[in-house]
Amino acid sequence: MSGAAPLSGAASAPDADALPALTVEGLEVSVRTEAGLRPLVSGLSFTLARGETLAIAGESGSGKSITSLAIMGLLPPPAVRITGGRIKLGRTELTDLPEGRMRAIRGDRVAMIFQEPMTSLNPVLTIGTQLAEAIRAHETVSKAEARARALEALRSVRLSQPERRLDQYPHELSGGMRQRVMIAMALALRPEVLIADEPTTALDVTVQREVLDLLRDLQRELGTAIILITHDMGVVAEMADRVIVMRDGRMVEEGRATQIFTEPRADYTRALLAAVPRMGAGRGRPPVEAEPIARLSDLQVRFDLKGGLLGRTQARVHAVEHVSFDIRRGETFALVGESGCGKSTIAKAMVGLVPHEGRIEIGGQTLGTLDAAGRKALRRRVQIVFQDPMAALDPRMRIGDLIAEPLVIHGIGTPEERRARVGDLLTRVGLSPAQMERYPHEFSGGQRQRICIARALALRPELIIADESVSALDVSVQARVLDLLAALKREFGIALLFISHDMAVVENVSDRVAVMYLGQIVEMGTRDQVFGNPQHPYTRRLIEAVPVPDPLHQRPPAPRLAGEIPSPVHPVGAGPERVRLADVGAGHLVAG
Amino acid sequence: MTDATAAERPIRAKGALRRLAERPLALFGLFLILLVVGGAVLAPLVAPFDPSEQHFDGLTIEGAPLPPGGVFLLGTDLLGRDLLSRILWGARTSLIIGVAANGLALVIGTLVGLTAGYFRGWIGAVLMRFTDLMMAFPALLLAICLAAIFQPSLWIVAMVIAFVNWVQTARVIFTETSALSEREFIAAERTLGAGTGRILFRHILPHLLPTIIVWGTLGISTTVLLEATLSYLGVGVQPPTPSWGNIIFENQTYFQSAPWLVFIPGAAILLLALAFNLVGDALRDVLDPTQRGRD
Repeated sequence: MSGAAPLSGAASAPDADALPALTVEGLEVSVRTEAGLRPLVSGLSFTLARGETLAIAGESGSGKSITSLAIMGLLPPPAVRITGGRIKLGRTELTDLPEGRMRAIRGDRVAMIFQEPMTSLNPVLTIGTQLAEAIRAHETVSKAEARARALEALRSVRLSQPERRLDQYPHELSGGMRQRVMIAMALALRPEVLIADEPTTALDVTVQREVLDLLRDLQRELGTAIILITHDMGVVAEMADRVIVMRDGRMVEEGRATQIFTEPRADYTRALLAAVPRMGAGRGRPPVEAEPIARLSDLQVRFDLKGGLLGRTQARVHAVEHVSFDIRRGETFALVGESGCGKSTIAKAMVGLVPHEGRIEIGGQTLGTLDAAGRKALRRRVQIVFQDPMAALDPRMRIGDLIAEPLVIHGIGTPEERRARVGDLLTRVGLSPAQMERYPHEFSGGQRQRICIARALALRPELIIADESVSALDVSVQARVLDLLAALKREFGIALLFISHDMAVVENVSDRVAVMYLGQIVEMGTRDQVFGNPQHPYTRRLIEAVPVPDPLHQRPPAPRLAGEIPSPVHPVGAGPERVRLADVGAGHLVAG
Repeated sequence: MTDATAAERPIRAKGALRRLAERPLALFGLFLILLVVGGAVLAPLVAPFDPSEQHFDGLTIEGAPLPPGGVFLLGTDLLGRDLLSRILWGARTSLIIGVAANGLALVIGTLVGLTAGYFRGWIGAVLMRFTDLMMAFPALLLAICLAAIFQPSLWIVAMVIAFVNWVQTARVIFTETSALSEREFIAAERTLGAGTGRILFRHILPHLLPTIIVWGTLGISTTVLLEATLSYLGVGVQPPTPSWGNIIFENQTYFQSAPWLVFIPGAAILLLALAFNLVGDALRDVLDPTQRGRD
């Protein structure tokens, strides 16, 4: 598929016009600090041909998003500004264009879609109004005509029931639908250049697949040049004709996608590619045989939706439905599924953050039958590491105090002993005891997650729940944190409940896997069973949707889907149909 | 490095004080507060006259008050009393009202808001409905009723003012606490096994500090003026005891002919509020670790 894209792109692009769609020469963007100007991007030059997809890849802080904002003329004034170089859109010089002229170009000739579609849409206006407004801002057309164009734009992004969507508000649409609306809005005026800044990062894999397919199809039809900004090498491989790898504001390497992936020249590119989790890399480890540390049977979590005059329960969210599984001592048990499937709710139920029905047994003790002291004691056996370490650390506390917090709460040790223990833990997770007096904001994302892991280890738990713990991290950081978790697991014999939406990571780290869909487990077995012989159609869809970091990879043709996961909300008394798991051999359970 | 950080621990509070001292505006605020406190405490010593004494030479021949200058540095009021002495003695009342009453209101408001915001459920509902009720009821009327029931004295007036002034704080703290308790680090704290008290006072309260400081400084002028209103209505501090508020109220009708009688006590209230505001702002920044190294 990716092999065909440049071909047809060339066919639709006006060959006669050799002028590149966008030229960036020696771009330099700096931020003004008290210590003077600090460059965020320096010496960046590239051209973007018509109909081409150029991927700018890099990890956080590489300057890739700043570059896109500079092209759009959206750098946050007055601190950040272009301090050198030129940006030319076709023949128009953008660098010193006054804001008024820039506004006319923005949206019309160069458009942008952002990572988080919810924040880019106005929540109080209907989709139709926003689309029509975007069109009317640049072209003098009647309201009716603008609405007709808006409808056409929604059709072109293959949104289901486009007439109905026009009168809906952003919150009524799912994340994938919103991103389609953003694409429709960006492409409604047929811009020459489309900048897509992490367009699928906030989306589930299957939805990401659909959005990427859509972008590619639209590009073929319209011949728009696309700058795709992403940290995901899989997405790069699938979409890009050419790739720029950036690091610390500088271009590290530039080349055709096939060249970058097959024979990367720069060490950084090589390291980046090596850190990308690949499907198939983790096969061949024998499953752990041990008695279970945690046992969930028939777990249900439902949230009441109250409404009406008397605040009665009108409907229920069936977040988790009849889930049963065991986690053995020392193993990594993975729960995978897309957002809203209930995987994080299970984690919260296991640490007592949400009330549950059914039975959660941890080390022989049943949650919910314990008194306050028993519950507190149980906390020592199960710890959780959350997705966003910045959110999970009290920003007003020092690292030393944060890690010592569980020890203080459980009255373990004297202050000196605690301090020594904190120092040990910091060393163990690859930080220095000297950093004890610093605050969370002084660390990078990966270091913060290490701090969270150190805090979770402080009580020497038997089970650590990692709830999307590496999802927010850059790939190279992610790889190191995963290594750390694996090492700690071996060293302390801790069992890990690894919750993730990332099939490739799960495939690499897990011993056993359960796939969740709409609150229920649809497939469960050892890693080899689930990934080597996926039985349930949803598991297969998840595996197939994972972007493969190889531009030569041929994806089997699949129907262009615009599917939506059904809602887990049911009226009182009703509920989802319960799936029955059947053993298809050697403990490999599949929903029938 | 390790030695240096180990040595840093005991001087943590000192570090905060030093950083406070590095801010000229904060020092200016501190100076103003000390000036007012000094004036109030030392009023018997530094006041040139008895604040209640009606000077014969304190009025012009037509019976009008004297403008600032001469023997009476800040001029005299309608009864020929020395304004400077009245301001100095009045600082006592106003400080008690502005600091003690306002502080008490802040404590009540914070506790109510914190409890309601964290527990929600029926406790939260009861507390917040009561707060709403207090808000809907005219504060002045309530203060008059309360002050009329009890014998008016400075401390009773302070209590009454605290009792009607905690509501706004409670509302704001409630909202913030509700938002904070949803944050993930609070959930993380729960999973570590932390008790409610620890979560409330060690993890939520520090985050409320900026709000508390802002409401606290805003409250100074409101409470001082509420005291003045009560005095004016005869249920506050009883004349001839001066307070900044009642000096303004006594003289407001003569604003055009004797502007200093309103302007000077008004400026005093303003300066006191400003002083607390400056110190409060600096304190908020100094205590916020994310602001460290940014000044």
